[in-house]
Amino acid sequence: MDQIRHKVAIVGAAETDDLGQLPHMSRLSLHAQAAKNALDDAGMSLADVDGLLCAGAIPNEVAEYLGIQPRYIDGTSVGGCSFMIHVRHAVAAIMAGYCDVALVTHGESGRSGVDAPRGGSASSPGGQYEAPFAIGGAPTTFSIPVLRHFHEYGTTKEHLAHIAAATRAWANLNPMAIMGSHRRTPERGGGPITPQDVLNSRMICYPFNLLDCCVVADGGGALVLVSEERAKDFAKDPVYVLGAGEAAAHWMVSQMRDHTTADGYRISGDAAYKSAGLGPQDIDHCMFYDAFTFTPLMAAEDLGFVPKGEGGPFFAETKTGPNGEVIYKSGPGGDFPMNTNGGGLSYCHTGMYGMFAIIESVRQLRGECGDRQVPDVNVSMAHGPGGMFASAGTLILANA
Amino acid sequence: MADYAGRLPTPTPESQPYWDGLKDHKLMLPTCNDCGSPHFYPRPFCPKPECFSWDIGWSEASGKGKVYTFVISHQPIPPYNSEANPPPYVIAVIELEEGVRLMSNLIMDSPYDTTVDMDVEIVFDDVTDEVTLPKFKPA
Repeated sequence: MDQIRHKVAIVGAAETDDLGQLPHMSRLSLHAQAAKNALDDAGMSLADVDGLLCAGAIPNEVAEYLGIQPRYIDGTSVGGCSFMIHVRHAVAAIMAGYCDVALVTHGESGRSGVDAPRGGSASSPGGQYEAPFAIGGAPTTFSIPVLRHFHEYGTTKEHLAHIAAATRAWANLNPMAIMGSHRRTPERGGGPITPQDVLNSRMICYPFNLLDCCVVADGGGALVLVSEERAKDFAKDPVYVLGAGEAAAHWMVSQMRDHTTADGYRISGDAAYKSAGLGPQDIDHCMFYDAFTFTPLMAAEDLGFVPKGEGGPFFAETKTGPNGEVIYKSGPGGDFPMNTNGGGLSYCHTGMYGMFAIIESVRQLRGECGDRQVPDVNVSMAHGPGGMFASAGTLILANA
Repeated sequence: MADYAGRLPTPTPESQPYWDGLKDHKLMLPTCNDCGSPHFYPRPFCPKPECFSWDIGWSEASGKGKVYTFVISHQPIPPYNSEANPPPYVIAVIELEEGVRLMSNLIMDSPYDTTVDMDVEIVFDDVTDEVTLPKFKPA
């Protein structure tokens, strides 16, 4: 299982120029701008690219739009973790010689809806067995497992609220974060929040209040991968893929086997640990997809960072800093640094957030994160679900 | 009933008996003639990988079950639920006595009286002349 370890590296990673409300940009132009920025980050040209992996668009659409004719393509599009899975597939493709330079792209007009097709067929399983019961997007479906977890393990809304407050504290250190202090506006707010603010915010879909939910934004991101030998020639330090996993467990959330554990998380995480030859104790920094506060709690449990059912008290633990400030478990200064870009909750969430989680892992491993840089990050995990805990992708990345 | 605002299912040939059953106020479950297991949602084969039999019959479920998990949606999602399901309303996963789970709505006077593991029974909601949705109420 260790044959993929340290064979391929990420040498370029970037978002679009801006994130948030970008009504002047279509879905495909977000893919293209992110590709340009990631290639610039790598010091490479579009002409170097011979492998293309993307989600939310078929590879032919993106290839035609960019004007390239890649000899390797992967259009795996299974929700927000598609990009973790793309990295895993790119590793295999580069090792097999199917391509030399793999470009992974994401672009989604999640807020403005410029070329953002919505809705499925009324004859699909979702159209027949879920949609008629007035489900209305992710807040009404990603929430479905939560009360079962509360019931089985005593997890509470207060526990979840600490995750939102911790993640916002990271956003306040990231100038790009939509809800961070830097981008605060009187209309939509931003800046520091407390767990009580989360509980006091408007109810969206019980058990989720507004501040349990991610932002809804336009944006994109991209990655460039090459072989380990070639990675040494770049100006910036390469970020090596040590381990990777993926899984598909179900599609409709009502068909999840056990709503208190994500089968896909466990299958994907086990494969990532096995291929890296590492365990949770070896991970310095975690990027756990947070469409809602509950999502990363499930990851911390199912990926072995905390025993099943103990995620609530784990994340709700706080300590007091030197100036009397509250230090959250997963926040700045806490001993479980997670979602250090400000997460989907407070930085950016386009609909398929996983790309941004990987970009932040790369930046933390390169030491590029300024005020929010976590000390001594040598191994980072980027993990996410696709759909409502339906699929999963896990990456273990390292700077040496 | 013709101006029902909610989203409606379009049956496929494989699921037609399920929707026809609901129209007759019967909750029919596809059941494997080889291993005896009912399944949900309807497929023309047994979705147990070790069985995968294509010999499937239909059996009527009791319509009794428990709330496995639920949420209470406060968001109006026009046009889908504004008239058909004024918020707040309960979306629940029901575990039937027969062991399968399905998504539904709970008909509750007070949504916040809902609890996990609460006993419920089916209510056949004839939302149009053609479509009956399986909903549930406290038993």
